[in-house]
Amino acid sequence: MKKRLVDIAHARSGDKGDTANIGLIANHPKYYPLLVKQVTAARVARHFRGMIKGPVERFELPNLRALNFLLHGALDGGGTISLKTDAQGKVFSTALLRMEIEMRGGR
Amino acid sequence: MTSQPAAVRVAGGQGFWGDWLEAPYRQVTGGPVDYLMMDYLAEVTMSILQKQKSRDASRGYATDFVTQMERILPTVVQRGIKVTANAGGVNPRACALAVAEVARRLGLEGKLTIGVVSGDDLLGRLDGLLARGHAFKNLDTGRPLQDVRDKVLSANAYLGAAPVVAALQQGAQIVITGRVTDTGLTLAPLMHAFGWAADAWDRIAAGTVAGHIIECGAQASGGNCLSDWKTIPDLASVGYPIVEARADGTFDLVKHPHTGGRIDVAGVTEQLVYEMGDPREYITPDGVADFTTIELAQVGKDRVRVSGVRGKPATDKLKVSIAYFYGYKAIGTLVYAWPDALDKAKAADRILRQRLRDLRLEFEAIHTEFVGANATHGPLALKDLDAAGIPEVQLRIGVRSPDKERVDRFTREIAPLILNGPPSVTGFAGGRPKPEEIVAYWPALIDKPMVKPMVEVIEV
Repeated sequence: MKKRLVDIAHARSGDKGDTANIGLIANHPKYYPLLVKQVTAARVARHFRGMIKGPVERFELPNLRALNFLLHGALDGGGTISLKTDAQGKVFSTALLRMEIEMRGGR
Repeated sequence: MTSQPAAVRVAGGQGFWGDWLEAPYRQVTGGPVDYLMMDYLAEVTMSILQKQKSRDASRGYATDFVTQMERILPTVVQRGIKVTANAGGVNPRACALAVAEVARRLGLEGKLTIGVVSGDDLLGRLDGLLARGHAFKNLDTGRPLQDVRDKVLSANAYLGAAPVVAALQQGAQIVITGRVTDTGLTLAPLMHAFGWAADAWDRIAAGTVAGHIIECGAQASGGNCLSDWKTIPDLASVGYPIVEARADGTFDLVKHPHTGGRIDVAGVTEQLVYEMGDPREYITPDGVADFTTIELAQVGKDRVRVSGVRGKPATDKLKVSIAYFYGYKAIGTLVYAWPDALDKAKAADRILRQRLRDLRLEFEAIHTEFVGANATHGPLALKDLDAAGIPEVQLRIGVRSPDKERVDRFTREIAPLILNGPPSVTGFAGGRPKPEEIVAYWPALIDKPMVKPMVEVIEV
């Protein structure tokens, strides 16, 4: 059974220069291992193909049942340089929540 | 320290210059607080303030802060609340004098001491520092500052909590600073109140985490919170967050009673990961906090306990925020209506780009978005879209160039599309877009000993 991340997690994002960060937080501790297993840096990079120019880094915060992603080259130069509506990466978080993950056998 | 309080309450009153005008007043009147912390400075704010100061030596600070103080000073003085704010921008002394003037007008002469923290402004010292081998390499690109030296508009080191603590120790009730870190404005009151040593790394880290949580105002108390957002009560009357800290470094996040919003683990977690880099190394001038050690617990309604925070020693560098003139940009918009709204907007984009090519107008970047379809989620959104049914789409097209003339010529190509492009177009009431100056951000490091924070105290 597949579910979208929006159904099992919430998120907030922000910027540092041309890098957007996404903090992805499991709604319940039982979902955190699913996120760790399936929402890998490589998968996030594929998810955002065409939207970001640089690599994706991932950091784990099991204490907060959260993953932090850094999406490099995501903001058309970032801050004041960027021509994007979302120049500060504020809603990249919700774009990640469109991703589908497998709920069974995915742990 | 003669005696230590059991708990100290630091209220977040302003998350950025332009935040809710009602928030500081509500924070000092809505219940007991010991300190009010207000953050005013974003990266590019300093360059705007530097420009103001170059025209008028008595300006260069966040003027809104003075207006705010006029409103809250009587309460602040009566209740003995202390204020820390980086509203001083590039002219903290002028800001302090303006507040002193307001205080005298309010009849508070002899009742108020204002501390001024400066020394962060490196603009006048830049050439000397460069000549002595400080390259100010861009932390993102590695390029030396010489590349853009002639375009630099402002340069400020991020100071930490130490000079704010010094001002408080000298009796300042209002501490007005230049570029002090947002987190330092919360950490300093805790160091001062509890007598925390500058190398008590776990305490320093805890105070830094507290500062990170409240530095964006209501973003920690229900504002911009995605988790279960529809059930967050009464955002119209949102209560801004308050840190209720204890000497051992643990603290609770709370808000005043009878205010809206929500303080829960999910919302605080969202704020903790906001603008996060490597969570094991949250670096400030005061120390390095490890966000993977933070423990959160809901210990009451609208009360989240934060404990377990571990820290590491500070680095030997300070971050420097440099702003420089980059070039020009302009963004034009038009709105296309059903039927075929998205197709019409796409056709208009193709026509506009063809015209720019025919005019031999080249740009460093041209960026098109179809607001209502792909502006925020790009191709991810288009996959799921019922394109034919969209009631309207805003075409939003922007260009960027070092050449102002080219950008200006572009702005004249938007309006003609209303009559000579695809149909069902509206929404040009705002007129022709104006070319805007781009002030860009150049992050760098400097050796700590090169920056000498200064503290001055003014008696009103």
